[in-house]
Amino acid sequence: MDLSWYLPLMQLSQLTQLSGTELDFRTKVLLAVVLGLLLAAWGIGWALKRQPESTASPAVVRTFNLRVRSWLLMFGVLIFSFLLGYGVTVTLFGLISFWALREFITMTPTRRGDHRTLFWTFVVFTPLQYVLVGVGEYCYQIYTVLIPVYATLIIPARIALSGDPKRFLERVAKIQAGLLICVYSLSHAPALLSLDLKEFQRPVAKGTVSNTENGGTAVSVAETNEIPMDGSIVEPPVEKPAATTNNGILKPAVAARDYSNAGLLFYFILIVQVNDVLQYGWGKLLGKQVIAPNINASRTWEGLIGGVLSTMLIGASLWFVTPFTPWEGACLAGIAASMGSAGGLVMSAIKRDRGVTDYGTLVQGHAGVLDRIDSLCFAAPIFFHLTRFVLYMHAAAG
Amino acid sequence: MQFTATLLATIGKLLSGATVRWFDSQPDTCQRVYFANHTSHLDALIVWSSLPREVRELTRPVAAKDYWAKGWLRPYIAREFNAILIDREEIKVHQSPIDMMLREMGNTHSVIVFPEGTRNIDEEMGDFKSGLYYLGKKRPDLELVPVYIENLNRVLPRGEFLPVPLLSCITFGPPMWLEPKEPKVEFLKRAREAVRRLKDL
Repeated sequence: MDLSWYLPLMQLSQLTQLSGTELDFRTKVLLAVVLGLLLAAWGIGWALKRQPESTASPAVVRTFNLRVRSWLLMFGVLIFSFLLGYGVTVTLFGLISFWALREFITMTPTRRGDHRTLFWTFVVFTPLQYVLVGVGEYCYQIYTVLIPVYATLIIPARIALSGDPKRFLERVAKIQAGLLICVYSLSHAPALLSLDLKEFQRPVAKGTVSNTENGGTAVSVAETNEIPMDGSIVEPPVEKPAATTNNGILKPAVAARDYSNAGLLFYFILIVQVNDVLQYGWGKLLGKQVIAPNINASRTWEGLIGGVLSTMLIGASLWFVTPFTPWEGACLAGIAASMGSAGGLVMSAIKRDRGVTDYGTLVQGHAGVLDRIDSLCFAAPIFFHLTRFVLYMHAAAG
Repeated sequence: MQFTATLLATIGKLLSGATVRWFDSQPDTCQRVYFANHTSHLDALIVWSSLPREVRELTRPVAAKDYWAKGWLRPYIAREFNAILIDREEIKVHQSPIDMMLREMGNTHSVIVFPEGTRNIDEEMGDFKSGLYYLGKKRPDLELVPVYIENLNRVLPRGEFLPVPLLSCITFGPPMWLEPKEPKVEFLKRAREAVRRLKDL
């Protein structure tokens, strides 16, 4: 009997487990430090607010306080979802994507003929993408093409069926772009959680030889659930420690040095957020040449370069929570930071374009989620694929 | 009575992501006529659910009898929301819809009306029917509150039955009254303008 169809379902069941997303000691220290710094910043902001005669201008203090509060909320929710487990964290990102897509489509005019397509976009593609990401490595080949291939072709087909040719290409592109930025791209952040770090990291340290030979993920998946591909149920190898089989995420064997996926995800989010701050800081200090005055008057070349360079330094110095070497950390942080800045600029362009006509009042009370995550959206897929590549190179180097 | 209505209102609110804004006016339990532009089936539900609970319990939507009396589901929903059903087809002199509405309102209830009469297809608002004028004339003490509903026509357009969860916005404007000796046409134009003005705020 062929039981292979059953494997995705087994993987799906891990979404419902309420086991904590495993955090290693180094990540816990980093989380505590970041949380401590944010709380300190919050305290400073509060103190500044209480002293109106201080040198800082009230507008700057207010912006600072708002920013700090939104980061506290962001990291607080993230850490809380880590504690609640893998499924909750993936669902959290799914809800953020859903809300961002809502904002994106709301500010982009659509026509009556797009209604059914939009329904598909919200009700089918968005949840499906996150279910596949939640299943993990086993569905890697599906979730990386679901939206760029399937949705991208189905959307124009469905709009054509509705029979309204007016500004056809423009309408198709808007929905595709929304889905790609808000859902597809962001879903690569929680996908970091299902990367099998040890599979790539330490093939030699593992108990079985077959895994090193294949290097394939399907085998490791099967092994974790004690269901080999041929369908026969066998006892797990005795020497395998019990702790590695009953945690939420695929962890086939113990390596000498453990990295947690949650730590990697936190590293990524921290890097992109830090880049936003540093870019603002460098821009204020040295900023002269504005990149695109018609899009965003506050983004300068000096800020961009200073931000990316200093983010690289921070990315390298935080290498200890990731499976990277410091050099790899610097490169990945630099690329994530550049992509994040590009994301901010792109979303500014879209907003500026809409702002001319009818953005403004409608989203007034809501605007925010998309503003907060624009840089994460652009950096996530690139960071995810480069991480896979780096890990693969590590594995190949043995 | 309130359970299904509250449940539907919560679902509707989540689906429509409605922001509620009050401009130069406050929620109040005094007797009011909320008049709004009509773009979607969800209109009455969302306006009703954007009122605070104690106001909501006293507020009844006004709906067309020919539509809401059909089948079993629609009358059930209409009953749950304590709707006032108005006969659009058989308007008799001795039983005018306005008199019936005023009777149903008594001295406690407020109502939600859509003076355009039907859901408009495009963005532009249609002309107001005269009912609002007669309400104001027969009960000058009623506060007439303009309400502008934005984007709900994209959430659930006319002719569709599956909603798309976009974000929408409900804006309540300052109350107005019928001026003494104000002509019908003038008043209806003024009322329509009061609703449309809220769009640009």
